[in-house]
Order: sequence, then C-alpha cells, then structure tokens
Amino acid sequence: MRSLLYILSALAVMGLAYWAYSENYKTQASLDRSHALQGEIGRMQEELAVLRAEWAYLNRPDRLRDLARMNYDKLELNVLEPGQFGRVDQIAFADDDELPEITGAVDVIGDLEE
Amino acid sequence: MTRVPLRPLARILDARAKGENPDAIECENLRQRHDQIRNESRLRSEGRLLVLAGFFLCAFVTVGARMATLSASEAQEPRAQAPGSSIATARADILDRQGRILATNLVTHALYAQPHQMVDPERAADELVRIFPDLKRARLIKDFTGSRKFLWIKKKISPEQKQAVFDIGEPGLLFGPREMRLYPNGKLAAHVLGGASFGREGVSAAEVIGVAGVEKQFDDFLRNPANGGAPLELSIDLTIQDAVERVLYGGMKMMNAKGAAAILMDVHTGEVISVASLPDFDPNNRPRPLTVADKGKDQSDSPLFNRAVQGVYELGSTFKIFTAIQAMDLGLVNPNTVIDTGVPMKISGYRIGEFRNKNYGELSVSDIIVKSSNRGTGRMALQIGSERQQEFLKTLGLLDRTPLEIVEATGSTPLVPKNWGKLSSVTISYGHGISNSPMHLAAAYASIANGGFSVKPTVLKQHHVERGARVMSERSAAAARDMLRKVVTEGTASFGEVEGYLVGGKTGTADKPKPRGGYYDDKVINTFASMFPSDNPKYVLIVTLDEPVETSGTKPRRTAGWTAVPVAATIIERVAPLLGMKPRETRVEPLAATGVTLTSN
Repeated sequence: MRSLLYILSALAVMGLAYWAYSENYKTQASLDRSHALQGEIGRMQEELAVLRAEWAYLNRPDRLRDLARMNYDKLELNVLEPGQFGRVDQIAFADDDELPEITGAVDVIGDLEE
Repeated sequence: MTRVPLRPLARILDARAKGENPDAIECENLRQRHDQIRNESRLRSEGRLLVLAGFFLCAFVTVGARMATLSASEAQEPRAQAPGSSIATARADILDRQGRILATNLVTHALYAQPHQMVDPERAADELVRIFPDLKRARLIKDFTGSRKFLWIKKKISPEQKQAVFDIGEPGLLFGPREMRLYPNGKLAAHVLGGASFGREGVSAAEVIGVAGVEKQFDDFLRNPANGGAPLELSIDLTIQDAVERVLYGGMKMMNAKGAAAILMDVHTGEVISVASLPDFDPNNRPRPLTVADKGKDQSDSPLFNRAVQGVYELGSTFKIFTAIQAMDLGLVNPNTVIDTGVPMKISGYRIGEFRNKNYGELSVSDIIVKSSNRGTGRMALQIGSERQQEFLKTLGLLDRTPLEIVEATGSTPLVPKNWGKLSSVTISYGHGISNSPMHLAAAYASIANGGFSVKPTVLKQHHVERGARVMSERSAAAARDMLRKVVTEGTASFGEVEGYLVGGKTGTADKPKPRGGYYDDKVINTFASMFPSDNPKYVLIVTLDEPVETSGTKPRRTAGWTAVPVAATIIERVAPLLGMKPRETRVEPLAATGVTLTSN
C-alpha cells in the first residue's frame, strides 16, 4: 500500500515537472509573440500618424477651396450663407404618384441548398 | 532493543555465594542503562540540529544566489507585462475643438557625414550639390577633406532625397532618425500655434521644443510621456478660423491697412473660437524675429507680431460703453438721463472736444453712446471719479495682462497713466490714455454680452466652466446691449447691420502714437467691438485694422465706421451660419405654400 503511494506520488511529480517545463516554453513563445506584436503595433501607429498627417494635409482649407473652385462646373459648391437656413414646412413632400420607375431589378429567387 | 534486567538472578546468586554485595551489580547495571539512554538522546538532538542547519544553509544559499544573479546579469525590461498605451514618446498632437489636426509629428531623417570614413569626398560633394542645390560645393569639400570627424549636412530630408543620397553609395554619409513637427494647415492659426524647432540634437534622436504660442506655453504637457499621447485640444475651430482669416485678409487689402486682427469669442465660456492676426507666417517655416540689423522697422512690422494679443493700442470710443455702464451701475444715470454735451469742457488746461469739433447739444446717455460723444462720457467720468473708474476697469481685466494661454500674452500688459487724475479719468472714459490689446476688449465685451459676469479668455477647449464673478448688474448690461444695438441701427456703425443676426457694437477710432511722442494725423487704429445676436448674445467679435484708409469717396475716410465695421459685418455674415446660427426672421414674408396644409381636428 505504502509503496503504491510512493510510486504514485513520484509519477505525479514527474508529470507536474513535465507540465511546468512545457508551460515555461509556451510562456516564452507567447512573450516572443507579444514582443513581435508590440513592435508591429508601434510600426502601425507610426504609419497611422503619417496617414493622419496626410489626411489633415489633404483636407487643409486652402486645398479644399481650390478643389471646390476647380470643380465648380460639376459640384457648384458655394460658401454657406444665412439664407440657406430653412424651415421644415418649406420642404415639399414628394408626390405619391411620381415615384421613379424601378429599373434594372435583379431576380433574387433561388433554391437554398441544405 | 533488549532490556537488560537490573538484578539478573544468576549473577546475584553467584555474588551471594562469593559473599559480595549484590547491590553493586544493580548499581552497575543501572549506570549502563543511563549511559545508553543519554547516548541515544544526544544522537537525536544532534540530528535535529543538523537538519535545522541544513535548512538555514539552503535559505542563505538561495538568497545569496539570487543576489549574485541580480548583480551579475544585465538589467532587462519586464517582458511579461504589456506596456499598452500608457507611454508615448512622441510630442503630443494639437487638435482644434472638433478634433481636427492642427499640429502633428512626422518621422523624417537628418543627414550627417563622417569624413574620415569617406571613400571619395569629391564625388560625394558633387553628388550632394546635385541633390541639394542650396549646398556649396567648395564648402563641402573643405569640410570633407579637413580634420573634422563629424558634421551635420541637412536637418530634415524627405524620403526621396534620402534615397538619392543613399544611391551615392558613400559610406561616410549617414542618416539619423528625426521627429519633425508638421502643421498641415500651413498659415492657419499660425500665431496661436507658434512653432517648434530642434533643441538638443544627437545622432539617433533630437528634441523638439516649442518656440512660441501654445507650443511653448504647453511645452511640458506636450512632451510629457506620462500623458500617453493625449492631444492638446484648443478652442479654435479650424473652419471658422479659416473663414475669418480669409475675410479679414480681403478686408485688410480693401481698406489698405498694413495689419489686421480679429477675435471671435464665446461670451459664456471665454473660449476663443478664432483669433487671427495679419500679416501672418507659416509655422512650418517660421521666419526669424527682427533684430538690430533690421533698421527702421518696428517689431509690429514683423509677421511674428500677434496684433490680437501683443498689439497694445488705445482703442478709442469702444471704451465709452464701460463708462456708461458704471454710471448706470452706481445709479448716477439711467439710459434716458439727459446730459448737456454742448458746454465747452476744460480739464487741467486741456480742452475736451468732440470728433471734428461737432456739437451735439443735449443728449441722453443712450444717445451719447450712439453719437459717440466725448464730452458726454467725460462728464459721466467726472461724476464717477478716478478711483472707482480704476476699480471697475480692473474687475473687467483691462488693467492686467490677459490670461490667454500663449506665451505672447506676456506682451499684453496694458499701458495706464502713472497719475490717474481727473484728466486721465476723462480721457480714459472715451478710450484715450489707456492702451489695451483687442483680447482685453473681447473679454470685457463678453461680460456685457453674457449679462454681467467676468470672463477669462482661454484658447483651450473647456468642458465645464464656472460662471465668473459678477462685474456689473444685469440691468446695466441689458441697457448697454440696447445702446450697442442702436449704434448699429442708427449710429456710427450702420454698415454693421447683418440681416437676421441683430449685430450690436461700438466703433473706435484712435490716432496712432508716434514713437517719439505725439500722434500721427493720418495713421489710425480702427476697432469695431461687436456682439451678436444682441438680444441674447452668443459671440463677441472684435475687428481691428491698423492704418486703414477707405478711398472709394472723394476724400480718404479713416473712421472705424467706414473701415472696420464693414469688414466685421462680412465676417459675421460668413461665420454665423458656420456656427450653426439661424438668422432671425426680421421681415415676415409669406412662404410659398408647397402643398402642405396644417389641419386640426
């Protein structure tokens, strides 16, 4: 009885030792991975900063004004004026019978395979 | 273990037979037994001591070994805990009130040379001059072939230039990473942002330090890594700032002014929505300040000069409203009290006259403001007395530097007379003899606009604002707003009317002082201090033009009503819709019905 206990506990110790060993390696691997990921996050943040700067640069008021002027024929963008505020009752309801005709409809009926 | 009997019968009988004492046998046996017991117990305690010593040894060895490894090994950052976003090394961004970027960082490279590692210095110099035409070939060759071991060639280069330099293939040309401050909007809000430059420089990094504006004022905050890269949020609105700057620039050109400033302020929070000063500069490429070499130029001629804060000038008749408010607050007058402005006025030998020696006769307090009568406010100031006048102007913040958070605000200290006597009191009542910046005026007018509470101008976005101390009664503030409205509807600022926005304001025209005393005849500072809509003001707008002249008429006109007021009106017309303010319907026009009929049951 006693020897069985000894053998079992010895086996348990060996098993636990193996588990601890493998856990240690897994931890090391995870640390390496998180290290790599953090490096990547850093690089991406740098990239993001560049993209944000570029976005701000492309959206600077000077450029937008020039673009609005260049594309005036198509867009007819003007500065906001006080007269452009309106009331809800100035907006006309769409007439019921003048809904645009539906064109280019696609048939979506089919069989669902089980 | 066998127990030995103390009196073994065989030996006892034997001893008796020999006539010996049998007790001696018992004694001997007893002694032997005691010896045995003692030996056993000593062995056991020795064993225990040994085990204990073993434990201690283990403990000390463990501690010692740990100390040894700690002292012998290299220090390492703990890898197991994720740093997250708590530490940011870059300088923080600056955003406008809607989160749009006003200043950010860009990674770039600096180019440096180590001539002793160079293979072919002449070729390197030739190629460098081809890439950077501003470099001098002779100078480069002298540097490369001399005794220098290290020199900077360019502080900031673009990726294309870097590649081109890389393609030279010279091992003595090296790159160091740099963080560069970028202002993507160029000149926009240049005076608020200020600018940045490099501080201490090393091969692998360089310090970016703010040199002016909020960049310098909040340098510690922007550089502090513990903020985790939290941006600095300004109260400036990019869209509105752009609109104001643009209209102001047009106005400045049209009125032939050499400079202009505009401030748009929220009257309840003191947030500066827009502050412009022209001429301006590009903070990406900040011009150098004027030095002794620039003879004959005043600091105010430099584009770096912030007229809105550093431009301390006499602001003229815009101060009259303060005199009227104080007189009403003290119960000396009410808006309808009539004061005779026709009587000639002489204080300490100086004659107080009206604009172009007009004579307005008897005027009510309200009309004194509308017609801008110097003698009228002078008489009120005499009733108030100089001490009470000083106190009131101090509570409005007109006697101290403005608390706006940019470094240039140190240059905004008002100029006040040394002896504030009767004469000063009278001239200050109509804005002469005291010099303030437009920012001071904006804060004081904001107090009138918000019903009499003091306002602290700020350039930072406010999330929660405590209401300031009361500086004037609500009734006087309301009466003052009515007067200011009348100035626009029937007074000197008739060009200030913007349909639907009920502008109220006061003009101010002041002669510019000569550097050596006295005043110019043909150089003025024109100011229009306005608020809108005047029945429940939300914003205060101050427009100042430096040396404007309006030349559409037969004679050049230099009054604020002809110069600053139309510019301010254009700004309001342009900016109010952007601020989301719907115009009041002043005229009731029948709306074209569009097929909707409201019915009720």
